[in-house]
Amino acid sequence: MQENQNQNQKQKYTLSILIENEFGALSRVAGLFSARGYNIESLTVAPTEDESLSRMTIVTSCSEFVLEQITKQLNKLVDVVKVINLTDTAHVGRELMLIKIRALAKDREELKRTCDIFRGKIVDVSENSYIMELTGNPQKLDAFIAAIPQSLILETARTGICGIGRAERILKI
Amino acid sequence: MKQKLTGAEILIQCLQSENVEYIFGYPGGQALNIYDALFRQDKIKHILVRHEQAATHAADAYSRSSNKVGVTLVTSGPGVTNTITGIATAYMDSIPMIVISGQVPTHFIGEDAFQECDAVGISRPCVKHNFLIKDVKDIPQIVKKAFYLATSGRPGPVLIDIPKDVTAAQMDFDAATDYPKSVEMRSYNPVNKGHLGQIRKAVQLIENAKQPLIYFGGGIVLANAGNLLTNLVEKLNLPITSTLMGLGGFPANKPQWLGMLGMHGTYEANNAMQYADVILALGARFDDRVIGNIPDFMNISGRTIIHVDIDPSSISKRVKADIPIVGNVKDVLEDILEILQSSKQTPNYQSWWNQIQIWRERDSLNYRKNQTCPENEILPQFVVEKLYEITKGDVFVTSDVGQHQMFAAQYYRFNKPRKWINSGGLGTMGVGLPYAMGVCFANQNADLSFPTVACITGEGSIQMNIQELSTCKQCGLPIKIINLNNGMLGMVRQWQEMFYSRRYSASYVSSLPDFVKLAEAYGHKGIRIENPADVVPALEKAFFGEFKNDLVFLDFVIKKEANVYPMIPAGKGLTDMVLGEK
Repeated sequence: MQENQNQNQKQKYTLSILIENEFGALSRVAGLFSARGYNIESLTVAPTEDESLSRMTIVTSCSEFVLEQITKQLNKLVDVVKVINLTDTAHVGRELMLIKIRALAKDREELKRTCDIFRGKIVDVSENSYIMELTGNPQKLDAFIAAIPQSLILETARTGICGIGRAERILKI
Repeated sequence: MKQKLTGAEILIQCLQSENVEYIFGYPGGQALNIYDALFRQDKIKHILVRHEQAATHAADAYSRSSNKVGVTLVTSGPGVTNTITGIATAYMDSIPMIVISGQVPTHFIGEDAFQECDAVGISRPCVKHNFLIKDVKDIPQIVKKAFYLATSGRPGPVLIDIPKDVTAAQMDFDAATDYPKSVEMRSYNPVNKGHLGQIRKAVQLIENAKQPLIYFGGGIVLANAGNLLTNLVEKLNLPITSTLMGLGGFPANKPQWLGMLGMHGTYEANNAMQYADVILALGARFDDRVIGNIPDFMNISGRTIIHVDIDPSSISKRVKADIPIVGNVKDVLEDILEILQSSKQTPNYQSWWNQIQIWRERDSLNYRKNQTCPENEILPQFVVEKLYEITKGDVFVTSDVGQHQMFAAQYYRFNKPRKWINSGGLGTMGVGLPYAMGVCFANQNADLSFPTVACITGEGSIQMNIQELSTCKQCGLPIKIINLNNGMLGMVRQWQEMFYSRRYSASYVSSLPDFVKLAEAYGHKGIRIENPADVVPALEKAFFGEFKNDLVFLDFVIKKEANVYPMIPAGKGLTDMVLGEK
């Protein structure tokens, strides 16, 4: 019974997927999640160094029992080549955020300093605004947003997590 | 020799290379190139249906009733949307099938062209895989892949969408050399062999079990593993039950057969499933109509579940397996039998059989005991029982969905696989008649005459594809339609009686056609039967007598409020069976 309860507890998982870089492949994965009622917190996808393959990182929140089904269902998709769960092994997960901030003369110095503290970069400057580029885990990006006065934030664009296993944990065919 | 051929001609040659004999289809604008190529050859015969949905059902049953693959050809837009119910039906029951749909020319795609529809998108959730062919060069490879995907691993329907400019484009082609002999896909490698260590563990568990049970599903039929299964059961004298989809996978006339289990399963099968200490599940998926309420089913300590399935995602989906074995049930059964060969144990399950005998004595399918039956009314169970007797359990039986389907499953005793053709997973009303058509073409006798097929249906279901009576006339199919006519949507009415205080909302069908006249209007024979005494003579006339070679519509006027028993109310457990009228 105890075991069962643990299995039913929801947790965040990061899955890495190699998939044939074909027409409609993304919609097969997205469709699978919506059809079976699985949740997607974020999904990133782009071709790999081998152009015939795309790599996807999906962050989902579910129970261990459901995670087993998600993994099996993903593997069942004909276009999916490989699926690994990065969650429990050493891995690097990063998200990129572009954030446009109202930067009037009086705020410019302070904004620049905050950006430096978060190891961000200012990638565009206009008379009244900055665009900053930050990478990190999602918590760090959340913390940055919290550190900037809300009224100054004009817009944000975030990619969702992109993940890769550390050292010899390699996802390749 | 290489010849300059159009995409349509290449497509047809590829299908010929796959030994396709029949295509069920309906033409239309974007499929015309393909229809023209069909016209200019004589190896593949085209069966013109009256509605695309029926084409997919016929192709589906063509596969179900044989080892061949059914093929459907339709046009774009409404042509392909009409196939969706049929594709989903095949998908739910893991039936191999190829659906080819015409598409608007590539440069029109996305422009809301006339009869344009995103066939790949709309079919995606209910196909094993699908393809849009964008270049004539890809046709051979994709057709090969489609057949390979449809028939290997867990089988399923595959859709190929071909724009009209691709079927018109030309290239040099010679089927003998240019059609791939085999195909490999790095992303798709189904496992057939089960893990030997796991299989050994399973055998040991069965040998040491006190109350073992084999529970199997459609996987046994699809894998053609019926004989191996029978060997195993007879060798160990194991009790055995199956799902609706498994019927015929083990002969119903053997003493080890407990009958079907599940919502309308027998008392002995459901009790055995609940109380078995070791369950060997073969090509089945513990679905809700089989085990009822999960907590109730799992509320048994010390039960071990061995689950063999070719699809890993079927294992531990609803019920956690203790010994999961991924593999083709046929290969796994071969391994089990081989391990048993060298085993010295002779298990004895006598006290378990004694218990089963007590359950059997409840005689749960004795319909005369379970409900009142006035002498002058025909009970549906009686019709199916008589059909079984006069055909000696030897004909193909297709059914629609509802009460009549359950009566067929309960009272027609299937002794051979691939004889029972019905929609189990999706539960699609309207499949019965097109299913019977597909069975006819897949099982022609040596003299090209058609096999005997009984289509057990109801006045609700039959009207969902009644137009196919016309196709049957055109092709001379001598199908026997057993219409169990109670003037009600029977299963809906039964639920309303039991769970909605007899509020018969929308379950009464008025203004029914005169089915005899309707059959005659299509050029067939019809008989209306209103008295129990006339049941057997009518069946004999249709099957062996005057109407032997005709399609006969047997309209049996049955008791209005006959119910299917036993029944496990939805959400209840296996032992909460309602056995008869209160």
